[in-house]
Amino acid sequence: MRYERPRTTREVADLLSLEPGMARILAGGTDVLVQLRSGVVEPDLIIDIKHISGLRDIVPEAGGFRVGAAVSGAELGEHAGVRALWPGVVEGAELIGSTQIQGRATMAGNLCNGSPAADAVPGLFTAGAVARIAGPDGERDCPVEEIPVGPGKTSLAKGEFVMSFLLPARPERSGDAYLRFIPRTEMDIAVCSAAVSLTLGVDGRVAEARVALGAVAPTVRLVETAAASIVGTALDDGALSELQAACSAACAPIDDKRGTIAFRTKVAGVLAKRAALIAFERAGGKR
Amino acid sequence: MKTIHVATTINGDALEFACAPEETLLDVLRDRLGLTGAKEGCGTGDCGACSVELDGRLVCSCLVLGAEAEGASIDTIEGMAVADDLHPLQRSFIDHAALQCGVCTPGILVAAKALLERNPDPTDTEVRYWLAGNLCRCTGYDKIIHAVQDAARKMRSA
Repeated sequence: MRYERPRTTREVADLLSLEPGMARILAGGTDVLVQLRSGVVEPDLIIDIKHISGLRDIVPEAGGFRVGAAVSGAELGEHAGVRALWPGVVEGAELIGSTQIQGRATMAGNLCNGSPAADAVPGLFTAGAVARIAGPDGERDCPVEEIPVGPGKTSLAKGEFVMSFLLPARPERSGDAYLRFIPRTEMDIAVCSAAVSLTLGVDGRVAEARVALGAVAPTVRLVETAAASIVGTALDDGALSELQAACSAACAPIDDKRGTIAFRTKVAGVLAKRAALIAFERAGGKR
Repeated sequence: MKTIHVATTINGDALEFACAPEETLLDVLRDRLGLTGAKEGCGTGDCGACSVELDGRLVCSCLVLGAEAEGASIDTIEGMAVADDLHPLQRSFIDHAALQCGVCTPGILVAAKALLERNPDPTDTEVRYWLAGNLCRCTGYDKIIHAVQDAARKMRSA
């Protein structure tokens, strides 16, 4: 195994493109080091992207924030601007692991590791975050929801890697939230999860909404039918019931040691309902 | 296997080592530098026994490559006492019998120190959440929380 710490995204793309064996990007290392040590992956090349200019920075851009791929959960959580604009994204990222894991783990790693239970990902989906991807042909922007394609699999082509996210500007009267179910209070992987982002109109009704579910399908999933069920409403009980039903209907989970199909299908809907209420309150809504 | 030369700072001292690309910082600390305070409990970032600070951030050294230490500043349990003067947290852990077998203790002390530097007056809940990534199979945690809180009180009034 080789270890490289390039200084530019161009070098990363070249290293990735020219490597005939398996290459892995190292940002926080909280997934890749575990996989390396357990023998799940045996990479020929590890590329540490933390020394590329800008990849550890959070900078304002177009009314939102650009978050570098190597920004840790702790760094994200300490950023007052991102917390204020996208609280649901931050609370998802901050749920990953312990204080020690937060010191290293990144949203980009959480996304590209490809777990359907990734805590940072539903919030990124509902935020409409856009990943900037560098590769052999330069840079391109890609909606985050197009990146995971299955457990451990992404749509990134050979030579490509995520260099940053744009968390976009959002209108006034907007809020978002993320909730997960775990059987303990801390240090666990989501049995299922839900994120909701919404914007209220001047009439106090939901004008726009996005809903995403985690750990109930091979990838984190945007549920457009669920979002549609609350648009135009003041999140009355009827709308919430429809949201819950639409979420449960969108679930295609597996049975495993963390939870059954029936449990995940029910609880994902309940979490979406509760997350919607939190997002609504954060947006300044009154029921 | 290519050996990597690394220049780093550990507990304020500049030092250099050579390591293999897949070697973890924990292995380097223990096996190459003789700093055996950080322990390997799980090797997967779950137990916190290998906790150190890397550029001021609490991390599991089992999930850091030795090569990543290049140009970094690392603080370990070995740097916590000043000669024979124990850190107030170390003193407090002894006074409160907040350890039994001691395997988790270096990691918990490093983690608790990082907490009190950021939050000198945490609630019990804040201490418990901050230390959620440090597993102890002996004490049942209550004594650890009491020891951290007593050290925090003494450090605030010092």
